[in-house]
Amino acid sequence: MNSYLLKRVMVLIPVLIGMTIIVFSIIHAIPGDPAETILGQKATEQSKQALREQLGLDQPWLQQYFNYMGDLLKGDFGTSIRTKTPIAKEIMPYLAATLELTVASMLFATVVGVNAGILSAWRQNSWFDYTAMIIALVGVSMPIFWLGLMEQLIFSLKLHWLPSIGRMDQRNPIESITNLYVLDSMIAGRWDQLWIVVKHLILPSIALGTIPMAIIARMTRSSMLEVMSSDYIRTAKAKGLSQFFVVYKHALKNALIPVLTVVGLQTGALLGGAVLTETIFAWPGVGRYIFEAISSRDYPVIQTGILVIAFIFVLINLLVDLLYAAVDPRINYK
Amino acid sequence: MKKWSSLALAVMLSTAFALSGCGGNNNAPTEGNASTPTNAAATEAPESTTAAETAQDTLILGRGGDSASLDPAIVTDGESLKIAHQVFDSLLEYKPGTSEVQASLADSWEVAPDGLSYTFKLHPGVKFHDGTDLDAEAVAFNFNRWSDPATEFKFEGDSFDYYDSMFGPEDSRVIKEVKAVDATTVQFTLNQPQAPFLQNIAMTSFGIASPTAIKEKKENFKNEPVGTGPFVFKEWKRNDFITLDKNASYWKEGLPKLNKVIVRSIPDNSARFNALQNGEIDLMEDLSPDDLSTLEGNSGLQKIERPPFNVSYLGFNFKKKPFDNVKVRQALNHAVNKQAIIDAFFSGQATAAVNPMPPSLWGFNEGIADYEYDLEKAKALLAEAGYPDGLPEPVTLYAMPVPRPYMPDGKKVAEAIQADWEKIGVKTVIESPEWATYLDDTKAGEKDDIYMLGWTGDNGDPDNFLYTLLDKDAIPSNNRTFYVNEELHTLLIGAQKETDQAKRSDLYKQAQEIIKADAPWIPLVHTTPLLAGKANLKGFVPGPTGTEYYSEVYFE
Repeated sequence: MNSYLLKRVMVLIPVLIGMTIIVFSIIHAIPGDPAETILGQKATEQSKQALREQLGLDQPWLQQYFNYMGDLLKGDFGTSIRTKTPIAKEIMPYLAATLELTVASMLFATVVGVNAGILSAWRQNSWFDYTAMIIALVGVSMPIFWLGLMEQLIFSLKLHWLPSIGRMDQRNPIESITNLYVLDSMIAGRWDQLWIVVKHLILPSIALGTIPMAIIARMTRSSMLEVMSSDYIRTAKAKGLSQFFVVYKHALKNALIPVLTVVGLQTGALLGGAVLTETIFAWPGVGRYIFEAISSRDYPVIQTGILVIAFIFVLINLLVDLLYAAVDPRINYK
Repeated sequence: MKKWSSLALAVMLSTAFALSGCGGNNNAPTEGNASTPTNAAATEAPESTTAAETAQDTLILGRGGDSASLDPAIVTDGESLKIAHQVFDSLLEYKPGTSEVQASLADSWEVAPDGLSYTFKLHPGVKFHDGTDLDAEAVAFNFNRWSDPATEFKFEGDSFDYYDSMFGPEDSRVIKEVKAVDATTVQFTLNQPQAPFLQNIAMTSFGIASPTAIKEKKENFKNEPVGTGPFVFKEWKRNDFITLDKNASYWKEGLPKLNKVIVRSIPDNSARFNALQNGEIDLMEDLSPDDLSTLEGNSGLQKIERPPFNVSYLGFNFKKKPFDNVKVRQALNHAVNKQAIIDAFFSGQATAAVNPMPPSLWGFNEGIADYEYDLEKAKALLAEAGYPDGLPEPVTLYAMPVPRPYMPDGKKVAEAIQADWEKIGVKTVIESPEWATYLDDTKAGEKDDIYMLGWTGDNGDPDNFLYTLLDKDAIPSNNRTFYVNEELHTLLIGAQKETDQAKRSDLYKQAQEIIKADAPWIPLVHTTPLLAGKANLKGFVPGPTGTEYYSEVYFE
């Protein structure tokens, strides 16, 4: 297991280097004079020249890449052109906000998706099965943008149950320590605040989690159906074990492998959908950080942002692989 | 490992089971919430219930983007200047809602007859938010920081772009020296007269910062600004919100009226409007014209219009034939139906542009008539130019690939114009390359025949429109038509040196006549940006350049 872990981590190195090359090449393939685009029509020739020097655009391509890699290894992600602040310092609150939203969304997607899948399989061809699968079908094809605005319209504007935007109540702000507000409000012992933070999380996590939820539900259902028809389940049932025990203990464990794969892949995919969700719900996350960088041609931020996302994606895949081994002892990596 | 994970999974899934019950769908969270509906209603109270009982003293403003930096000297974007406007005062300021200059930190000023020296008397007893005194030395420190290329207070990545563009780059500075005569007198000596000097000094970019704070905070100053303004900077969570507290010892009597201002970034227009209707914010910028009818149907809300201070236009490329021919340019001017474009693409929230500057700006020539929409006249003019059957070659029209404040959808407008021109025998090919390429191409002037672009005014001076966009000196930076008219050049340069505003106004009116006759552009529209606020919000005066003081705002 340990040597597998080591091997698996070693493989990451060429993957990460490859990613830097791809990201670097794409950014530099964009046509136009970056200095002009960044500074806009109103900038003087002098400040454009200064920016070119600062970005190293006057140097040869390969030189620029090696400089970039050197800085990365030193932990220097560059300075944002728009905000003129070091990216390493700037990106942390964004990452925390995205992490909080992603975890909440995946919690929603997994909990609801897995259970809906199990119940559908357990009561195959029942009204619940049909309803759940129709919802799953609609859920997969639901545009996040539309879903988000509909949620706001119904749960905020019409019913006044939930806040429509942001991470907390601005009139009653929260002291941020870790930038994970759920954690912060618990550290401060402010349970009223925790409730407000959770309420702010609900709509965006449903918007972001609906597609993965639907996919997970369908995957769980088919995987469960397969397992439920196998011999050992019939044996378990014959032994007179309770239905609940059979389904949740014996069947689920074996049905989980493909579900785990889907959960992993979907968590990665969430990072893409996060841009839209973060925009609609004014969520100050990494998706919006990159999006704004793209619209203002903040090349260092775009580069770093994409690398960070790619890195998280790779990390999730690693985690899923390790979980396989934990869940299923037959998977042996010696 | 195996035991642990299956236990964890079992716990997680069984709780999930209990929570979700049979409702494996979107209802789960709303059910959870339904148990405490009163609590929810109290925290997100819609304006109708509680607003009347206690006077509200916090303003929450929702806007589309975040500030780039809070040091106004190093930024050029409006979102940054909006916040700086609350934290900093300049020597002079624009009268709310207009582009006229009035006293601010400087109570009075004297101009030497030769226009080469300005002496400002500072308001006595003004203090920065850090408790230090605003004196003549502090003013001189700020101006020296912006002009001295070797200053130690220009930090990594910073550039003082607005200083360079308003007062000339390093090799041709307008301001020669700024010196403190005594504690409250500061004297500017110029290298050459500059007519818009006072207009320029009033820009938010030249807000006076605390020298002590800059020296202490260094590069962190751009995140923790210290000025003399009505609001004190408190907290900034990027892409989320900025909190400003009341400056209790503000030097202007009785201001600010609010206790706190929170400015939130809410990028999506619809979501921002939802938040306003839901009472989560009190005021929003950039309302979609599509939401106008909903706004007008809601008695709890009010519509606020910002005066138009921009222009969008089509520019003819003089390097290309036959656009060097004035008859052709006039013909095409006659063949654009501006009103139809406004009705179709701007929901009426725009006015047809006649001149290259907005009517709200002083010096605007009211007497000029537009080339009216008249296809017969257009055909006749084309025939005079030697093209009785229309132009032989298709015209390449560059239409903007990105929405701009003055032009939300360039391609659609271009298509409408294409259809009109077709009727007079002018075939059009619309091209819309990616934005960076677009700017490069129009600047080079090799590929486009006609291009679409626009401009938002930086300060309240006509020079910032006419000279900046159409003088031969502006080729090719902002004048991408390559239009050269020596007579116009003489007028515009003359206006820059004249210090009497009435005389300048006359010069600019003449300049607009020349431009109209030469028709290097087809001015399209001036847009009216829309804001929306709670009905009980008072004292908000929308400013043409997009910055307002929140100090006069209060809730009834």
